[in-house]
Amino acid sequence: MQGNEACAQGAVDAGVRFFAGYPITPSTEIAEWMAREMPVRGGKFIQMEDEMASIAAIIGASLTGVKSMTATSGPGFSLMQENIGYACMTEVPCLIVNVQRGGPSTGRPTSPSQGDVMQARWGTHGDHPSITLCPWSVQETYALTVKAVNLSEKYRTPVILLLDEVVAHLREGVEIPDPRKLKLVERPRPRGGRDQYRPFGGTVHEVPPIADFGKDFRCNFTGLVHDEVGHPSNSPAVTDRLVRRLVGKVEFNRDEIIHWEEIELEDAEIAMFAYGCSARSAVSALKSARDQGMKVGLIRPTTLWPFPEKAVDAAAARGIPLLVPEMNLGQVVHEVQRVAAGRIRVRPLSRVDGELFTPMEILSALKEGF
Amino acid sequence: MPFDVTSYLRREMLPHIWCPGCGNGIVLRDFAAALEKLDYSRREVVIVSGIGCSSRAAGYLDFDTVHTTHGRALPFATGIKFANPELKVFVIMGDGDASSIGGNHLIHACRRNIDLTAVIFNNHIYGMTGGQFSPMTPKDKKATTAPYGMIERSFDLCRLAGAAGATYVGRATTYHNQLLTRLIVEGAKNRGFSLIEAVTHCPTSYGKRNNMATPTDMVRWQKENSVLIDRIKEGKSSLQEGQFPVGLLHRHDAPEFTTEYLEVVKRAREK
Repeated sequence: MQGNEACAQGAVDAGVRFFAGYPITPSTEIAEWMAREMPVRGGKFIQMEDEMASIAAIIGASLTGVKSMTATSGPGFSLMQENIGYACMTEVPCLIVNVQRGGPSTGRPTSPSQGDVMQARWGTHGDHPSITLCPWSVQETYALTVKAVNLSEKYRTPVILLLDEVVAHLREGVEIPDPRKLKLVERPRPRGGRDQYRPFGGTVHEVPPIADFGKDFRCNFTGLVHDEVGHPSNSPAVTDRLVRRLVGKVEFNRDEIIHWEEIELEDAEIAMFAYGCSARSAVSALKSARDQGMKVGLIRPTTLWPFPEKAVDAAAARGIPLLVPEMNLGQVVHEVQRVAAGRIRVRPLSRVDGELFTPMEILSALKEGF
Repeated sequence: MPFDVTSYLRREMLPHIWCPGCGNGIVLRDFAAALEKLDYSRREVVIVSGIGCSSRAAGYLDFDTVHTTHGRALPFATGIKFANPELKVFVIMGDGDASSIGGNHLIHACRRNIDLTAVIFNNHIYGMTGGQFSPMTPKDKKATTAPYGMIERSFDLCRLAGAAGATYVGRATTYHNQLLTRLIVEGAKNRGFSLIEAVTHCPTSYGKRNNMATPTDMVRWQKENSVLIDRIKEGKSSLQEGQFPVGLLHRHDAPEFTTEYLEVVKRAREK
């Protein structure tokens, strides 16, 4: 199965029944899969006029209570930023898949890149939360798509799945679990009546309930700053409370959201911090290094945002220097350096020529003590 | 029982933000009057709007409402209607919202003929930002960004919508307010994409720069520059330079998007 197909399959198994998108390489297979499969699975597929319309349509669909998603690549992801902010502000669950390709601009549509990590965090304006996941294999693409949909529902916020072009187009054997045995999450819905309904209420770490349209809750959704019931407000107190809660509901639940894998880190004297397709090269380099007697480990985050600070902090506390290979000129490495705060050596290893890291070049960097 | 507009409003949201003399309140009232005539249940109606003065109308109406981003109301509404075709979805946009930043979305909503009813509040200007010209500002009129007069030709949104595939297109003004209600009712009943242009007045940001400083001046301008389409068809009147027709301007039958999708489902299951 191909990575893009695993993503589509995972989304449907997670309960997604609405897809809107616009054709763009290298994500198009997801839309094509949805066009074929949604009609037979009781779902909806629509090809919109552009990416701005695609994300608007999935937010609208989600307001009716249907789990919804879109898929795109860098240029389309740029166009979606406006309404990613709207979904953050109005707390509407949805999944945005960005199959990264070389940039900036049209870049290299069929080449891999990891250049959108910071855009996934800060692409839309203003303070806002970001939950961003990044798989390294086809199997994990399936699992993380399910997880992304669940997180989106649980925290009432858009979730971004960052795929690499390589993982999206890779074909690997995948074990698809029985969908009925998957643990699926539904958004919190109001239990009481309309009088008690506070769709934007709660304390700084809480996720308020959201009612489906058509159920007579008659709520107002607006991208303006709004109070607990949804009325626009210019009050400094209301503004402060809203923005802090939007970010807080994710930040206060970091431990539930964040996941990373540690490979041969127990006795490691040096380690790598790598994600997505770069982690595939890193694990090969690790094996070669171990064969040659070097005590090398790997930290492989599957959650990029919120940033897995504890993983870096633990390595820094043990004095393990970190090499950060990524297919950009330095994005995640700055986060690693921030958390390490000078306690350990942290160095980037960059590649922006549209070619994957070879295990050899990572091994060389490890040997040279980066 | 006489029609009571306040029964359709979120009273706690009042007073509204519109300037004294603004025509948007008249359009809002006519819109609510149409909802009363349509007699839908409160729960099945969704109102979606974009950004601008007119788009604040959604927030005043006591239904499920979405005040979206600038120009994007139609794709939001498309998602809502397609996900749940049982809902009656209305879209409120301004002239800049619908014809400029949202122009591409507009022609594709028309082309799909998805069952939405769009009401365009056309005040010929960007009011919220203080009076810049929109694609629907008439030629030679002044705006803060056209201090020497508008040199671009203005859009006729009704002709555009009809050509793009909308199946019900009408225009009225705040002067013709009963006609406006009737067009919204008929547009809602049309199974397809309906566009109703409501010419409204903005004395604050438009009129005062164009020798129409009072609401009365502006409504008089609407009266003098509009011609009922029925009178034109009957040969009793004709359009003079600068005048525009009001009434039902375009009507044809075409397949509706969410209904056509059922055919997709049928074909997919047969395979």
